Amino acid sequence: MDLALSQEQAAVRRLAADFVDREVMPYAAEWDRRESVDTGIVKKLGDLGFLGLTIPEEYGGSGGDHFSYCLVLEELGRGDSSVRGIVSVSLGLVTKSIAAYGTDEQKREWLPRLCAGEALGCFALTEPDTGSDAASLRTRAERDGDDWVISGTKMFITNGTWADVVLAFVRTGGEGHRGISAFLVPTDTPGLTRREIHGKLGLRGQATAELVFDQVRVPDSARLGAAGKGFSIAMSALAKGRTSVAAGCVGIAQGCLNAAVSYARERQQFGKPIASYQLVQQLIANIAVDTDAARLLVWRVADLIDRGEPFANESNMAKLFASEAAVRAANNALQVFGGYGYIDEYPVGKYLRDARVTTLYEGTSQIQQLLIGRALTGVNAF
Amino acid sequence: MKIVVLVKQVPDSGAERNLRSDDNTVDRGSANNVINEMDEYAIEEALSIQEKHGGEVVVLTMGPSGATESIRKALSMGPDSAVHVADDALHGSCAVATSKVLAAAIGQLDADLIICGAESTDGRVQVMPHMIAERLGIAALTGARKLTVDGSTLTIERQTEEGYEVVTASTPAVVSVWDTINEPRYPSFKGIMAAKKKPLETKSLADLGVDASEVGFDGATSTVVEHSKRPPRQAGNKVADSGDGGVQLVQYLSSEKFV
Repeated sequence: MDLALSQEQAAVRRLAADFVDREVMPYAAEWDRRESVDTGIVKKLGDLGFLGLTIPEEYGGSGGDHFSYCLVLEELGRGDSSVRGIVSVSLGLVTKSIAAYGTDEQKREWLPRLCAGEALGCFALTEPDTGSDAASLRTRAERDGDDWVISGTKMFITNGTWADVVLAFVRTGGEGHRGISAFLVPTDTPGLTRREIHGKLGLRGQATAELVFDQVRVPDSARLGAAGKGFSIAMSALAKGRTSVAAGCVGIAQGCLNAAVSYARERQQFGKPIASYQLVQQLIANIAVDTDAARLLVWRVADLIDRGEPFANESNMAKLFASEAAVRAANNALQVFGGYGYIDEYPVGKYLRDARVTTLYEGTSQIQQLLIGRALTGVNAF
Repeated sequence: MKIVVLVKQVPDSGAERNLRSDDNTVDRGSANNVINEMDEYAIEEALSIQEKHGGEVVVLTMGPSGATESIRKALSMGPDSAVHVADDALHGSCAVATSKVLAAAIGQLDADLIICGAESTDGRVQVMPHMIAERLGIAALTGARKLTVDGSTLTIERQTEEGYEVVTASTPAVVSVWDTINEPRYPSFKGIMAAKKKPLETKSLADLGVDASEVGFDGATSTVVEHSKRPPRQAGNKVADSGDGGVQLVQYLSSEKFV
């Protein structure tokens, strides 16, 4: 077993790190304060090829493996989870789903623009009354001739107000997950209104929105995958998507480690750097172990995906551990910083606020535990 | 138009750099080796000329085998191919000998335009473009902050302390550039993957027809006799403001030519 990066993987990681150090970190605090990243970052991500990772080059993608994807997502997570989230959702959940399930026409229509950063996608599964219980979603599409007419509300949709296309999961049949289909809805379709949700604890630079579908008419050619297969498309997207969240969490933890180590060596108390106190070293050691353990879990999933092996349970484990580890790491880093960690002049407070949502979205920690438990025992405890 | 870009691998100027205690050469073993920063501007300039006028961009590097990493990084920005002159006999070469080797390599490439950074962050002698041009018998347009290509006519704005000079020459020519000339692009993910497959030719001194006795320590026209660590930084001048603090500050800034 060789855990060393190939020359190309190392070069990709350096590129992502360099980009983050120059184009993201210097602005992250300001974007957080004003509740919006500079959306010009999307085109830059496209130019680097970061929005087309793993997508075939014939559709404008960058090619490459999931391992490289995870390396890039870790660096973006270290820089700003709001930027990482743009990529996780637009590429990880939407572009990849179109590449996997789309017709050739759908791929040609959306993939080149999404990969170039000329368009963004959003993933509309969650509703005001259905989060973890996604299979009970209530947004409906009624058949009308060759068209479908969609009505309902989607909640907490990342990229919602910025997106050009919504991958929407709606009920076309009866109760349960077999009655759900997926549609690609351009956001300029009449009847679709979007409202940005403000006041978030973290991910403040990211546009999170409520989407209201009021008699939104789309042709049957907008359906992604077979009717009734929408839920399995969503679950398959999320299984890989969780890996990208986990990779972003490794970045948060690494950022916390970097910040804590550097601050502990500079900050003097009782006439010595605080790094010279054992209790401070304990905090730092805990962050370091959490970071490395999370990274190794993420690397294992990326390797399984690249080798075409089953990965769902390992992905759940990586997401569960990395998200909880990121919260712990940020909490420990804030403790190292003391009062200065509590103001946004230093990055650790933002790391903590951004990390907090990762144990909630794309499967809460409790849902991850239930999925892991079900895989191990064969018994559904939902 | 065929453009050759000179790319040098140097120790990262942002980190601790040392000379070797045994032979007074740059210690590459302990350093983080990167592309000389100014050379990235040269690559960018070559690529933007290629985008406007077509042609081919070739990276040329002289350096030890480890320089391959920097060559691949240069290729990931977009150039078509690279030539790496590597030969154990080159260790210890002075600037004059280096120019002989680079000129011989350029001579085999039939270049219309040679672009390089105005200086390297390790040697900082700024003589390479002049020496190469002299050896090749072509023009040297040095210290450019702007380069315009119009057919076979090259025009640069040469950056000076007071402003700039407009200098023109015909191809073939050597142009050296400062970091004011452009904003180098990032490599792209595709560029990194493609760089692996781009032609990288390694040439020895024998391939270039240069005798080993003309380079390295044997052929060096200058010798580093000894070196010592830079002394630690001294405390700066303190200006105590007793009414004329502002005047003293301006006098200091003026004497250092900051204002």
